[in-house]
Parts: sequence; C-alpha cells; structure tokens
Amino acid sequence: MSLSNDELAALVASDIPDGSFVNLGIGQPTAVADHLRQGSGVVLHTENGMLGMGPAAPDDRADPDLINAGKIAVTELPGAAYFHHADSFAMMRGGHLDICVLGAFQVSATGDLANWHTGADDAIPAVGGAMDLATGAKRVLVMMSLFTKGGSPKLVTDCTLPLTGLACVDRVYTDHAVFDLGPDGASIKETFGIGHDELADRLDVALRPRERKSDA
Amino acid sequence: MIVCESTDEAVAGVEDGSTLLIGGFGMAGMPVALIEALIRQGASDLTVVSNNAGNGDTGLAALLAAGRVRKMVCSFPRQSDSWVFDGLYRDGDIELEVVPQGNLAERMRAAGAGIGAFFCPTGVGTPLAEGKEVREINGRRYVLEYPIKGDLALIGAHRADRAGNLVYRKTARNFGPVMATAATTVAAQVREVVDIGAIDPEVVITPGIYVDRVVAA
Repeated sequence: MSLSNDELAALVASDIPDGSFVNLGIGQPTAVADHLRQGSGVVLHTENGMLGMGPAAPDDRADPDLINAGKIAVTELPGAAYFHHADSFAMMRGGHLDICVLGAFQVSATGDLANWHTGADDAIPAVGGAMDLATGAKRVLVMMSLFTKGGSPKLVTDCTLPLTGLACVDRVYTDHAVFDLGPDGASIKETFGIGHDELADRLDVALRPRERKSDA
Repeated sequence: MIVCESTDEAVAGVEDGSTLLIGGFGMAGMPVALIEALIRQGASDLTVVSNNAGNGDTGLAALLAAGRVRKMVCSFPRQSDSWVFDGLYRDGDIELEVVPQGNLAERMRAAGAGIGAFFCPTGVGTPLAEGKEVREINGRRYVLEYPIKGDLALIGAHRADRAGNLVYRKTARNFGPVMATAATTVAAQVREVVDIGAIDPEVVITPGIYVDRVVAA
C-alpha cells in the first residue's frame, strides 16, 4: 500500500535524529511535529523568530503575538527563545539549522527544488522563506505526493517550474517511495506497495541502482 | 526622541513618494494604529516594504485599499486573506517586488549597519536572482544584494521607555528590530510607555538610539 500523509509524516519524524534543530515548512510538513518522539530533544524553529515552538494553541489560549510561519497560533515550550527576523534567517543561512522539511511542486534527480511558483501566468508570486530554507538548512528533506493529480511525476530530470534552489534537496519522501538525491542523480531508498521496476516505468527519470532495503 | 501624544503626531510630515518600512508578520507586530494615522495623514505614491501585503481589511490592507501605495516590496503577498492586494495586483494598480524573506531582512540589516552590499547564497539560479551579479567565493555561488533603506519605519513593539528603548513580545518582534535600524525616521507604536529606568537594560532589544517617536496605542 502507498503511504497516507500521516504515515509519511511519521516516517519523516522517525528519520530526524534526536536533538536536531528543525524547521517544518507550511502545509504537509507541519504534520511531522505530531510524530516526533517525546523526549527526542528535537527543537523546532519557526522563521518568524522562535526556537522551541510547541503545538498549535487551543482557541482559548491563542495569543496573537505567538504565531508560526503559517500564521497559526502556537505555544512555547520550556527553553524556547525569541529573536528577530535577520537573526532567524542568519541562523538558517549560517548553517546552524540541521534539517528543514519542505513541500514541493517538482524536485529534480540532482536535488533542484521548485516549490514557490506554479508557473501560471496569473499567479501572484510569493516566495516567503522557501529559498532561504532550501539554501540554508544543512539537510533539506522534501515531502510530497510522487504524482500530480493529473498523474505526472513530480520527481523529474529537470524542473520545468520556476526554481527555489539548485541542488539543495537531499531526500524526497513520497507516498510511493523515498528517494535519495545527489550530484549523480536519484536512487530509491524504500518503496511502499510498488515494485522498483513498475516505479521506474512510471517515472521519466534515471534511477541509480542501490541496495534494496524494503520492497513491499 | 519624542513621546507623542497621538498617532497623528507620530506620522506627521510623511511626504508623497516616501519609502516606508512597515513591521509585522501577518498581524503580529503590525502597527495598525500608526497605519490608520498615516491614512489620515494622506501621503501617497508610497513604496511599502513589509513581509506581507496586508491581511483582511485593516492595517496595511487598509492603506493599500486607500490607494496610497505605488509599490510593495515583500516576501509573501499572496495569502488566504490578502484580497485587497490581490485585486490591486490583478488590475495592474500596484507594482510588486518579491524578495526572499531572509534577503528582505538582511537587506534592511545592511542598510542599518552601513553595509554597501553583500553576497548572499539565497536565490542563486532562480528567477529572483535574474539580472543580479553572481560571484563564486570559495566554491559556492552568491548573489549580490543591495540594502533597503526607508524614509520612515512604522513598527509595533510591546513597551517603550521615555528614552525610546524598546522591548517586544514573543513572535511579534519579527521585523521590528531590523526596521528600526534601517530608516531615517522611526516611529514605534507600543502598548505602554514607561519611565526611564523601568526597563531592565539587559532586556532592551532596540536601543533608543534608533527610535525617534513612540506612541502608546
């Protein structure tokens, strides 16, 4: 079986080393927080100026001064810290943030990322912190469906949509498989309910051979 | 440093064509009362630098709706509640410069710190670096980015003392401290103004040297 969004979030969470400083992008990646093991010591960063972000605030505890990058009211955990925007992005760009998890429209086999612009002529461009995160975090993980609703693969040889960053994605978690990316291209790390050959057939991208770890 | 009696006093003298730095991330830290005063003051043909391009119908969105803004410089204009900006943009009634969020902050930081320009890795190879100088330094490529300086910054803070020292609250700090360094005149809207000595110097985030006008609102 392919993975649900929730199962995928759990898988990403299980791969985050204890004690990491992590930024979870807006949308699907936010769900990773729900699966972090208690006591893991993972510290969540939100680019609007906070380390030690806790879960979303219940309505009766929502504080308009305490929001995440998606502008949702959140909570602070013991040991949290606040800082201004230039510091927040300096810690990202300066290589202090261990991991960011981002959504994507397209990812290339060599790790180029397109996740900020649909390419539509009438779209209002909005980049937010996507380029800064993709460029700055030490390790960039992408969570996405492997295919568009129309069935086109989102892991591609070359991105056709406007780029967010070049050669910046290290690993892609999808509903059908996990891929490791690098200068030599993509390799399958793990598949879910689909054979390697069928997966390769459905993708228009060269896959490097790699040891099979699990093949459901 | 002046402790203003009114928000109107805090925004007096803004000229048409000015560049305004407006604090806030969404509505957190947004100096809504100062923006309302600016709408009354009447300055137009403004360039506004802010992370977003207005939420709902208040604050920055109201300034946009009043037709006072010629150009927005921001990282993330499009949101679920940015209908005012969206309409202006689709009708061709406003210019837009999209800047990666960290570059927006760092370009203002550079303006406030006397930096002429800086090489930044963010955006290399993307449409937002088109036309900009790219240089390879120690094997990595960087884009040349220039400072963003404002004529006036309008920021929201939690508390000020009569010397203009500011403290913020939680994530409402966001762009305030950076914008406070990057404009010729800085006006801060705060929840309360306290006497000199009432803020522990160890917790001051924006020292009063940067602040020209404060108003409780």
